[in-house]
Amino acid sequence: MNNSYATSGNSGPKVRSDCEMILELGDEGGIIIDLMSKVKVLYGESIIQQCTAILDFFGIKNAVLKINDSGALPFVISARLESVIKQLVHSDLAFLPEMLEENKYSTVSDRFRFSRLYIPGNTPSMMINAGLHSADGIILDLEDSVAPEKKDEARLLVRNALRQVSFNGAERMVRINQGDRGLKDLDYVIPHNVNLILIPKCEGASYVRDIENKILDIKKWFGLTNPVYLMPIIETAFGVERSFEIARSSTSVVALAIGLEDLAADMGVSRTAEGKESLYARTRLINAAKAAGIQPIDSVFSDVTDMEALLQNVLSSKALGFEGMGCIHPRQIPVIKQGFSPGTEEIEKSKKIVMAFEDARQKGLGVVALGSKMIDPPVVLRAQKIIDLAIKLGLLPGTWMNEIPAEAK
Amino acid sequence: MAIPTVINAAGRAVPAEINGKPAIPFMGVGKHKPHGNKYGPPIPSCSDFPDNGNKVVSTLEEALLRCGIREGMTISTHHHMRDGDLISNRIFEIASVMGVKDLVWLPSASFPCNDPVIKYLEDGTINRIEGSMNGPLGRFVSEGKMKGTAVLRSHGGRVQAIQDGEVKIDIAVLAAPSADSYGNAKGTGGRSACGVLGYAKADSLYADKVIVVTDNLVEFPCLPIEIEGNYVDYVVVVDKIGIPEKIVSGTTQVTKSPDRLLIAELTASFLEKSGILKDGVTMQAGAGGTSLAIAVFLHEILKKKGWKSKFGFGGSTKYMIEMLEQGQMGYILDAQAFDLDSVISVGKNANHIPYPVFNAYNYHSKGNLTSMMDIMILGATEVDLNFNGNVVTHSDGYLLHGIGGWQNCLHAKNVILPVPLFRDRIPVIVDEVTTLCGPGELIDVVITERGIAINPLRNDLIESVRSSGLPLKTIKELKDEAEKICGKPSKAEFEDQIVAVIKWVDGTVIDVVRKIKC
Repeated sequence: MNNSYATSGNSGPKVRSDCEMILELGDEGGIIIDLMSKVKVLYGESIIQQCTAILDFFGIKNAVLKINDSGALPFVISARLESVIKQLVHSDLAFLPEMLEENKYSTVSDRFRFSRLYIPGNTPSMMINAGLHSADGIILDLEDSVAPEKKDEARLLVRNALRQVSFNGAERMVRINQGDRGLKDLDYVIPHNVNLILIPKCEGASYVRDIENKILDIKKWFGLTNPVYLMPIIETAFGVERSFEIARSSTSVVALAIGLEDLAADMGVSRTAEGKESLYARTRLINAAKAAGIQPIDSVFSDVTDMEALLQNVLSSKALGFEGMGCIHPRQIPVIKQGFSPGTEEIEKSKKIVMAFEDARQKGLGVVALGSKMIDPPVVLRAQKIIDLAIKLGLLPGTWMNEIPAEAK
Repeated sequence: MAIPTVINAAGRAVPAEINGKPAIPFMGVGKHKPHGNKYGPPIPSCSDFPDNGNKVVSTLEEALLRCGIREGMTISTHHHMRDGDLISNRIFEIASVMGVKDLVWLPSASFPCNDPVIKYLEDGTINRIEGSMNGPLGRFVSEGKMKGTAVLRSHGGRVQAIQDGEVKIDIAVLAAPSADSYGNAKGTGGRSACGVLGYAKADSLYADKVIVVTDNLVEFPCLPIEIEGNYVDYVVVVDKIGIPEKIVSGTTQVTKSPDRLLIAELTASFLEKSGILKDGVTMQAGAGGTSLAIAVFLHEILKKKGWKSKFGFGGSTKYMIEMLEQGQMGYILDAQAFDLDSVISVGKNANHIPYPVFNAYNYHSKGNLTSMMDIMILGATEVDLNFNGNVVTHSDGYLLHGIGGWQNCLHAKNVILPVPLFRDRIPVIVDEVTTLCGPGELIDVVITERGIAINPLRNDLIESVRSSGLPLKTIKELKDEAEKICGKPSKAEFEDQIVAVIKWVDGTVIDVVRKIKC
């Protein structure tokens, strides 16, 4: 390597749950650790022991390590130290913290993806409690929310977070970078039970296939069997044109997302609340997704203070056909969930339709009628889907049909 | 230098003597009942005071001299000026210039603006502080640099000590936003309005000498009277008694942190599902961001169900005022105003009543207001496996905080502590509290973002939420979770020297703080 001095991490008056490390390699003198920490009394000894062990793991015998700590948890300390070490020393080793038992689950392809919470991949303070906010999915982001010069250290932090931070059952997602950096990102995350990879600025089936092949290679190498789904994000005009191709480029693609900020930039227009400028892109994407049998997912709503506006946005998003949304603040999650869940009126109507269908079936009638109105088969199908969703969400008991009194049937 | 210690009823080693006076160790909740009569200040005579009722003297210096300020005296102040106080530091500046030494300062609380007092501790002007010590002042004391032993009392403990003669105030210096030349004073009016002057009441009645300092001299009589001029010796008029923006915050803010909001939501849900929240409920909460969020959630539930809280006890904030004004609260009985909305409300709303801690929090009086409160929301730096609570030190052993009304509030019917499981990497649920401030038998529920622990002594509460779907855990499970995420913490190390004693609400010594090992 070129120089013998490297830094990683963050420190400062507003920084919490992180640390800054400065490592200087030497020829002699052994290991000297200079620790400044908010929690020195409680964890000073343990931090020094941890760092000594990691330096030893990477075969470093002589160095001066300065740590400026603001209450970083062990998995963060470990990531920051590995990051400075790897800036100075080449190593194929990985110092992996223990994988929590509760992080070892897989998810299914058609799971509800109403809300996915973006967490910047280099901000440990936002990772620690992400699992508590009941998002359907949590995205550790290596792409746009991480500064370019921090992307290397973010990989290690995200890797360690996948192992040590409880996701509480949320779908474990990572948004990788574009191009070659993105392919390399996969090496750091796939071995650690990622359920879904988000592919930014996707513009064609080949993008998807390159990533899928890399994932297959990694899975083969490590003997992994858990499914890894893909969610391409369409963020350019060209991407919009190729939505259908992207949507069915692989059986691993389970959803198609739209990135309206970048799309507006690409189109050279301003993004408005009404969204007329993106109507074509959105409906085209929804159509492509539905045609391919996957979930269309809407963009994030950037105003985190206006919950009313968010709810309106969610409802119109749902009316167009979207089945979920990205979110950037935990307080958006309950509103999004409420918006995308079937409402009581919708459920009641669906119950009536399904019952009418059952009734007709039992009587051997070819036509389903509700009062004087005829109900077409697609309408019945949709009603059944809503009933299934309501049951899965716990809004309706599975035995609902049995609980209806005979006269009302 | 070792003072003999005894083990008190909470199992803590406490000294038998503090600052040369005998001390009574904690005997258990409700066990210590003192005998004898209340203390009385010396009998004054009106022939020593001007017939025209004009007690104004030109400077604070002159007033202190006329009060006979000398070595070893106890000087008291109140903290209604909060972080905008300009008077307390000035007292000791004057004393220092005069060469007076070994004073005892008895503030009802201190703030960062009082940090300059450190130099008067260093030069011997002040022997010790009997009151809260935050930040740099707290560190100074924790490092063993203060001459005498600090004494920390709750708001109630302070008025109890004054009324029982445990502390004899020689000179009380009371900043007042409005006063007349006779010494009548109140907490509203003028540029430095603070709302109420409740914390000054005990001082005004029991001090040997009382000085009122104001920047707003009004025509006699200053109405409504909070401090009676008949107890006042001198009145001093200055340019400014406080910095308005720091006396009250412009607005108190509900927390924006999603994690804290989660705790607040869980707390409101617990109170609703357990049935504690009901029509006619009485409640008290602090002014911290999480407490305010809880108040907002509770208000929404009251509105939705058409319920009304009979009364709330303040520290009042704009959120309590909203409940009062929108019809979800009958009265606010107020010990202090935390923000501008409260100051304005107490000045104009007949249902917003100043209610000093003078009796409300005094344990040795004929009743205890807080034991009538249904909902009490409190914080803590640490809670241990026996539900004991700490508010004065952090796990690193440094003095950080005053007790405030915390101990007094523990007597409420349902004491709820909404706290994060850990703050940065510091676990809040621990094996054993670093400093015991409140015994576990009084703390009912701990609510964290990762689960709720109910004190096993409260079977009734456990039953009431058994099938509620709330995330119930044992306190041990919570502690283990904190340690799993943060690692098992080492304990702070101390030397033998006692730097501060912690008094319980009845004047007994519940714990001590020792010098930090550097």
